[in-house]
Amino acid sequence: MSVSLDDVRHVALLARVGLTDERAAALVAELNTILQHMDVLSPVDTTGVELAPSDAAPTVLRADEGPAIPLARPRESFAPKMRDGFFLVPRLDTHEDAGGAS
Amino acid sequence: MTGAAWSEKYDLVVGLEVHVQLSTNTKLFCRCSTDFGAAPNANTCPVCLALPGTLPVLNATAVELAVAAALALECDVQPVSVFARKNYFYPDLPKGYQISQFDRPLALAGRVAVGTKPDGSTHSIGITRVHMEEDAGKSVHDRFPGASAVDLNRSGVPLIEIVSEPDIRTSAEADMYLRGLKEILEYTGVSDVSMEKGSLRVDANVSARLHGAPALGTKTEVKNVNSFSGVMRAIDVEFARQCALLDAGGTIQQQTMLWDADANEVRPARSKEGSHDYRYFPEPDLPPLVVSTDRIELIRISLPELPAARRDRYRRSHTDLTAYDVDVLTTARAIGDYFEALTAASGDAKTSANWLMGEVLASLKDTGGTVADFPVAPAALGELLSIVKDGTVSNSAAKKVFAIMVMDGGTPRAIAEREGLFKITDDSALLRWIDDVFRDHPDEAARFVDGERRLQGVLVGHVMKKSRGSADPKRVNQLLAARLGT
Amino acid sequence: MTNGGSSTATDAVSASLARAREVGAGRDGLNILLYQDADGALAEAARHDTVSSTGPLAGVPVVIKDNIATLRMPTSCGSKILEGYVSPYEATAVTRLREAGAVVVAKSNMDEFAMGSSTENSAFGPARNPIAPDRVPGGSSGGSAGAVASGIVRIALGSETGGSVRQPAAFCGIVGVKPTYGRVSRYGLVAFASSLDHIGVFGATVDDAALGLETIAGHDANDATSVNRPVENFRAGRLSASPLKGVVVGKPVEYFPSDLDPKIAERCNTAIDELQRLGAEVREVSLPHTRLAIEVYYIVAPAEASSNLARFDGVRYGLRIEGDGLRGMYEATRSSGFGPEVTRRIILGTYVLSAGYYDAYYRKAMQVRQLISRDFANVFASGVDLLFTPTTPTTAFPLGAKSDPYEMYLSDIFTCTANLAGVPAMSQPIGRVDGLPVGGQFIAPHFHEAGMFRAAYALERALGPRASQ
Ligand SMILES: [Mg+2]
Ligand SMILES: [Zn+2]
Repeated sequence: MSVSLDDVRHVALLARVGLTDERAAALVAELNTILQHMDVLSPVDTTGVELAPSDAAPTVLRADEGPAIPLARPRESFAPKMRDGFFLVPRLDTHEDAGGAS
Repeated sequence: MTGAAWSEKYDLVVGLEVHVQLSTNTKLFCRCSTDFGAAPNANTCPVCLALPGTLPVLNATAVELAVAAALALECDVQPVSVFARKNYFYPDLPKGYQISQFDRPLALAGRVAVGTKPDGSTHSIGITRVHMEEDAGKSVHDRFPGASAVDLNRSGVPLIEIVSEPDIRTSAEADMYLRGLKEILEYTGVSDVSMEKGSLRVDANVSARLHGAPALGTKTEVKNVNSFSGVMRAIDVEFARQCALLDAGGTIQQQTMLWDADANEVRPARSKEGSHDYRYFPEPDLPPLVVSTDRIELIRISLPELPAARRDRYRRSHTDLTAYDVDVLTTARAIGDYFEALTAASGDAKTSANWLMGEVLASLKDTGGTVADFPVAPAALGELLSIVKDGTVSNSAAKKVFAIMVMDGGTPRAIAEREGLFKITDDSALLRWIDDVFRDHPDEAARFVDGERRLQGVLVGHVMKKSRGSADPKRVNQLLAARLGT
Repeated sequence: MTNGGSSTATDAVSASLARAREVGAGRDGLNILLYQDADGALAEAARHDTVSSTGPLAGVPVVIKDNIATLRMPTSCGSKILEGYVSPYEATAVTRLREAGAVVVAKSNMDEFAMGSSTENSAFGPARNPIAPDRVPGGSSGGSAGAVASGIVRIALGSETGGSVRQPAAFCGIVGVKPTYGRVSRYGLVAFASSLDHIGVFGATVDDAALGLETIAGHDANDATSVNRPVENFRAGRLSASPLKGVVVGKPVEYFPSDLDPKIAERCNTAIDELQRLGAEVREVSLPHTRLAIEVYYIVAPAEASSNLARFDGVRYGLRIEGDGLRGMYEATRSSGFGPEVTRRIILGTYVLSAGYYDAYYRKAMQVRQLISRDFANVFASGVDLLFTPTTPTTAFPLGAKSDPYEMYLSDIFTCTANLAGVPAMSQPIGRVDGLPVGGQFIAPHFHEAGMFRAAYALERALGPRASQ
């Protein structure tokens, strides 16, 4: 597998990282070099090997009660742009899926 | 052409994705309150603001409720399930990923009954999976010019996502599925399942195919639907759109459509650019969720009786109830509970059903209240029904008593006493009224006594008026008849 | 441990601050300390003196890596995207240090988001090695290592994802320990790669490191991966007479390749001879999948990082640069906020997780990671108590010497295996080559820190001054 400029552009969009043409081109070369080294993994026989140890300790559950961890400083002290308690971002098109988990 | 018309030629195929908010005190991964309607971002902490260095810790109650819901939907709860990160950028998604479940969800393979097949067997819609995930925040677009405003109070609120099989063939079937689902979750008490409050949200995957075509057509996902009737309309409108397109030789492209209830139409959503590759991978901050079989069984046996079981029981044990009665009495858990307590007190299921479905629901309609907080306790109403049954008060008097009980409380006997609503059966009182009537209407009385029987009704009427309705008409007739031909 | 030989907390803290000035720890000098809080630290020290605190670290000055959340001083992860960001909550490890009486005097320089092995990738300029200022201190926790090596503090916190505590400890001639995964809470450690991240401790001596780790170890309800299990006394072994009797030390062949710098090999063998003299039985062992560790590491770590760093989006905190609409704001903020190495790893990590490549890269790497863990499990199950290896294939290299990313990645070759397997490991000085420190590494089974320290104490005592010659 070798990485193309389109791949890097696509991935940069997924990662919301702006890239100049030079940087994008350089990354194509860098990624290809790095990923070449990664090819040593493909021949390794991993049939039946899980992604995590089967004996992994289960997650610990928390009681359904407060209080929430307090903030030592108000949100306004670290937020780049706040108004009336809201975080402000550049206007989104309302036709855009306005959030809500999916 | 309407969806109905197109169904002459095309099959409608629908699968529903339902997000339900679990009724917990705190969020799924942090100890912030889930209260509705707090000031913007008031219910946020370092964790749900995704401040650098914070970590999620899973809420035990959310797991209990999710397992209960899955069991109520007849799913197989998995002993081990795994949280995964769903990666995409959006301002109301603080971490840049949603913690959800992907290839190892909490539960698989459930179903919801939507009716009976011609052969009498139950017709159900299959449930593919039930998984846990966190909600995102809200973006408000119309509050500030040129900016969208982000409120993260909902960010991290616990949800379950219930994904149905593409088993649904009509919009009416979709509606039945949703009602059945809502009923089950309401009975189980895992959520307040309110579309208005956003604690129940529905997305529909819709596709169309020519009759008999083997493969499913390309599906679109219809979002932004906020009522059950809206779901039906949205499905029909999208089906018609797809059929028209296909019929004109066009092709359906897989995309998200947004339902516009006012315009009664669907529009393609502006896709979040580049967000179609979610790069799911196991959440490294949360070890696998393990639910022991003992725990699962414990939750299973503590499930309340579910709507279907309750309907069966009513049909079997109260043969005098109509199918309609049974359906109304089981639409909500609280109605059935009230009905059972009332029947226990009154000893008469049919009368209890009539009063509950008549007087009680009518009065709730006026006040806008719910059965759960109805002021008249089943025991008190039961006492009223029994004094109607033993003839102590008339049906019409009982309705007066009931109205007073709803207004100011009190026990039926005391009220009937105070308002003089008991039936008078004691002859001495009745004879006194009859004598008065004979004195006031001498010639009618005389003609009656001479044998003009048809005047008996008139005289009874006079007696009833004198007694202000409290005389027992049966007895009055007997006493009058005794004076004939004297 | 003495608080720098001083009698009061105020003396100890003043001495630490004076030493920082003396060695030029600031940005115009060694650039090992990014932020210093003289006033706050002295006030805290004064408070300890008035109430005459008796905690195990009463009045002991400590330095914290810039990616661990503190309430005073910024937590900027060596990155422009968090420049000036002060955390509104505190990391559990820092809370525990302060509750034991320690006084935080400074935040230390690091490779941006801990991505690097030289502390050259800091947005605030490279740090220098106090032993040889023309050379790197190692990384990513180079600033904390330098602070201990230059005598500013005896205990400092760092973090590890592939060796970022042990490697700089080796380069700076001090002790650096990484506990078992889950032993120390990660709450408040800004995530790089969650399944590999550990908070680690630097100490001027084995005892300093043991004391520091003992203080911060233990279960934390705010970290679901922190393990609820009693913490042994890590310092128990410091006085034992024949500490290594019956102890089996494994010498893994993969960590002594034919092309290993002979002078480094020679120092390791001297140390191994000492271990034998102390009663240890030394066995040659093999961890066959070690040769794949770097490749696995450089798939898993960037993949997790690409997701962990998505939260730096200019919406709630940190840098924000407006652009064309929302997407423009995201891209402008992130491209000017992240340095080249961080960008490279975000792109690489996003790529290996993206549709069509997940199985070939991420999935495969996670599976091979399990094979690497099994290698350790098998060796330890075969009766081996500890492994001893060189910490790094080279000594500290000159600034700017490693321009090729992959060549830089190779400096983690002997250390990243312990992060992949989650086993505890530590580096301690075992001598010098051409005047530059060489580190020897112990690797132990999960939760066997106490046994590891026992051996480290013994080796430290046996080598004596030779450890720094
Ligand atoms: Mg979902
Ligand atoms: Zn929260």
